[in-house]
Amino acid sequence: MPAVPTSYYLGLSGVLFTIGMIGVLIKRNPIVIFMCIELMLNAVNLSFIASGRHFGHMAGQMMVIFVMAIAAAEVAIGLGIIVAIFRTKETINIDEINLLKY
Amino acid sequence: MGRGLAILNWSLIGFWIMAIISVCSAVLMIANRNPVRSALFLVLGFMMQALLYLSMSAQFIAAVQIIVYAGAIMVLFLFVIMLLNIGSPEALRERGGLQAPAAIVLAIVFLLLLAGVGALGGSQINHLMNPSVIPNYGTVDAIGKTIFDPSKPWLFPFEATSILLLIGVVGAITLAKRRL
Repeated sequence: MPAVPTSYYLGLSGVLFTIGMIGVLIKRNPIVIFMCIELMLNAVNLSFIASGRHFGHMAGQMMVIFVMAIAAAEVAIGLGIIVAIFRTKETINIDEINLLKY
Repeated sequence: MGRGLAILNWSLIGFWIMAIISVCSAVLMIANRNPVRSALFLVLGFMMQALLYLSMSAQFIAAVQIIVYAGAIMVLFLFVIMLLNIGSPEALRERGGLQAPAAIVLAIVFLLLLAGVGALGGSQINHLMNPSVIPNYGTVDAIGKTIFDPSKPWLFPFEATSILLLIGVVGAITLAKRRL
């Protein structure tokens, strides 16, 4: 059975990354922004695995394992920060969290 | 392989089905106002990506994708949404303005850039069409032997990741406990 060309996977990965980027730019809810960041990380994982399969090298899958571990740590810390901000400011609208601007 | 047989290429059909479902779920995720529904669409996208990993003979990564992303990270998201009680659709009104059109324009520019890079590397991509097949690729056996092989560069990052996860646990507890 012929396999799917690597370029298809890379194209899908680019489209998913762009959708995640749009979400990060237009959403006001930091939790949904986190979901979009997860989507972008997943798109990069897809291109890693596609390239790894293409060259027949294990490095792509190794990279994906490390990206997953770091994404898990990042989500735990990020959601902890969101909960802490909500406790102090009683809002999580990203437009009203602008203390670092001043 | 002739053009006529390519229509009945089942792996290609499967790829297109999974690709369309994952792109649609991603679009619905950012189009939805309700964060709970966004999270559920994200789960659908993660499942589709696990299937795509399976189609690229990355069995272990597909299982880890389901366990870590669709299991642990999604539970974390839903738990925080429930904890902050922002699940109602009217909780966050998105303001209008220039932000959304600007984001769309930037996204189109970004996609064009990606397509340009792909076109520039087209000579390589054309001979990239036939992926190499090696036996045992992507099994737990192969991944374990690669990651714990001292002659390969993955052992030290693996240990460093364990320290990073420990720091993540300590940081999350500190953030959740202390008043900022």
